[in-house]
Amino acid sequence: MMTRNFSTLPLVALLTLVSLPLMVMYGFLILDTVTDAPPGELWPDRFTLEHWRFLFDTSVVGNVWQAAGNSLILALSMMVIVLSLSTTAAYAISRLHLPYRRLFLGGILVMHAFPAVTLLIGVFFVLNFTGLYNSMIGVILVKGALMLPFGIWIMKGFYDAVPWEIEMAGVQDGASRFTVWRRLILPQVKPGLVALGVFSFLDGWGEYLLPRILAPGSEMTVLSVFLNELIAGDQLGFDFNLFKSVGVFYTLPVVLLFIIFQDRLMNIFGGGTKG
Amino acid sequence: MQLHLDNFTKRFDGTAVIENLDLTVNDGEMLALLGPSGCGKSTTLLSIAGIYRADGGRILFGDRDVSNLPSQRRNVGVVFQNYALYPHMSVEENIAFPLTVGKKRPSAEEVTRRVRETAELVHIEELMARKPAQLSGGQQQRVALARAIVRRPDVLLLDEPLANLDAKLRLEMRSEIRRIQLETGITAILVTHDQVEAMSMCDRVAIMNKGEILQIDAPTQMYRAPASRFVAGFLGNPPIVFLDGQTGPAGRFEMAEGLSLPLPSRLAGMPEGQPIALGLRPEHYGAGGGASAAGRVVFVEPQGREMLFDVEAAPGIVLRSIQPVRDDVGIGDRVDWPVDTERLLAFDSEGRTL
Ligand SMILES: Nc1ncnc2c1ncn2[C@@H]1O[C@H](COP(=O)(O)OP(=O)(O)OP(=O)(O)O)[C@@H](O)[C@H]1O
Ligand SMILES: [Mg+2]
Repeated sequence: MMTRNFSTLPLVALLTLVSLPLMVMYGFLILDTVTDAPPGELWPDRFTLEHWRFLFDTSVVGNVWQAAGNSLILALSMMVIVLSLSTTAAYAISRLHLPYRRLFLGGILVMHAFPAVTLLIGVFFVLNFTGLYNSMIGVILVKGALMLPFGIWIMKGFYDAVPWEIEMAGVQDGASRFTVWRRLILPQVKPGLVALGVFSFLDGWGEYLLPRILAPGSEMTVLSVFLNELIAGDQLGFDFNLFKSVGVFYTLPVVLLFIIFQDRLMNIFGGGTKG
Repeated sequence: MQLHLDNFTKRFDGTAVIENLDLTVNDGEMLALLGPSGCGKSTTLLSIAGIYRADGGRILFGDRDVSNLPSQRRNVGVVFQNYALYPHMSVEENIAFPLTVGKKRPSAEEVTRRVRETAELVHIEELMARKPAQLSGGQQQRVALARAIVRRPDVLLLDEPLANLDAKLRLEMRSEIRRIQLETGITAILVTHDQVEAMSMCDRVAIMNKGEILQIDAPTQMYRAPASRFVAGFLGNPPIVFLDGQTGPAGRFEMAEGLSLPLPSRLAGMPEGQPIALGLRPEHYGAGGGASAAGRVVFVEPQGREMLFDVEAAPGIVLRSIQPVRDDVGIGDRVDWPVDTERLLAFDSEGRTL
């Protein structure tokens, strides 16, 4: 813990002031989902759960649960793919004598920085060619591939922070390289794993562009696309409160995850030195 | 178990760090590898452990050639300078780890029994449930030692095990490590660049420089009869003083700066005009002897029981003397103290002992 040698009060006040409009907007977002206001008025005058009926009634906006399920599949796949591949690949890059290690590292960095949008057309052709266009698997593979450089890079940072001696000691104690990795090294990078897992889940959950373009079929719709189509499709008329409710429904898991994991998410940006 | 390095060579990226090194450590012996930073001590140690692969020669444990065996199958215990304890495991799990990963694993009761036995040996029974972060440096050191010996290794390797401890703990762990080594009878190598550590803990000391072993001897023997100027300069605290000059007439030694001393009688027959260096240890100046050297005291360092004096005997030539505490001599005083000429060390121009 850093000792405070200056008052944080002015800083807090300033931050509050700057984020006030945002807070007000969020406040109304939540409020509007459970109330109705008379036309033209700002303040609601009655409580209602009317706007949440989309949860049970598919005739309102379509099947929101299917979209949520698709989003969940995408998010969980991201988590599994990114976690499993990053932990192993990053270990290899950090610790093993690989041929072309530097080239590989440089490649990862470039990939990480590369704007993915520019690849879309190429990706589209590849998916079309392999028959994965308009399928969830295609989206998962592409999204996973785009996220991996980030995951590998982050995990490499965590592995780099684990002292070599621990590994040497493990080998010396008679453990195989794999046992050393699983029983001695992995526990040291656990904070990184947790953070990266949550992060990739959220990233998968929030993804809009790839499913929108690569899997436009209606049964593949994920929540983000679903939400967008609500406005674009003009199905709602002017029921903005319904739209806000779907939005809150979509955001809820994100907020929940953030609340649960906020400390550990910070680890990613701390480079894994603590913990 | 006897450990034998035969023509051992290790290169890093083509440059040889150690070339054709021969070294034998006897069964149950504790040997110190002593040398300046970068001389290849750790390299030798890690090669014995199997972490580095030897580029030439053989490494033998008893009659078993382990040169091509991976670390896991060498049965070597290592204590690292920073202890390398596993932070997420308790002390007990740390010590048990080597027993739970090998090819042949003892039963659970056997593991518990041996962990307990080892913990008692190193006096950490009451710490078993703690995590390494909750231990003091000395306690961590003990855990590391316990983990290294719980498998009854053929060879125990210690790489600067005391470097991270404060002075008092260092003293304590010095005798503790030696006690444990003696009790277990494990052949051990201690790497250090602290000569006091090497001399006080080990049966024999090997002095290394630039990847070569210059001399192996029992500590006292090596202190008394160093094979070279380098060895003489490395052992002894406060260090020896070297005087560069040449042999003069009538078995004397003369320096251009004006200091002149009789040669030890064993060298009295040396021809005149030879370049030679004398080595004078602080305890042989000011404590009796056949000749004397006069000068002015330029520095006094009280050390509690003893006092260290720097005496300028000729312009730029400072002799060192260590004596029981005395109050009658201070900075600036002129003194004329005896030199024990028979115990002077002498070296030729190549640094070999004469
Ligand atoms: N992995 C490596 N790659 C290249 N050179 C190395 C490597 N390890 C050691 N060296 C070189 O080998 C020489 C001996 O190193 P070593 O670590 O054995 O020294 P040391 O005697 O243990 O020194 P210290 O007392 O500082 O620990 C040094 O010159 C060092 O630069
Ligand atoms: Mg070293």
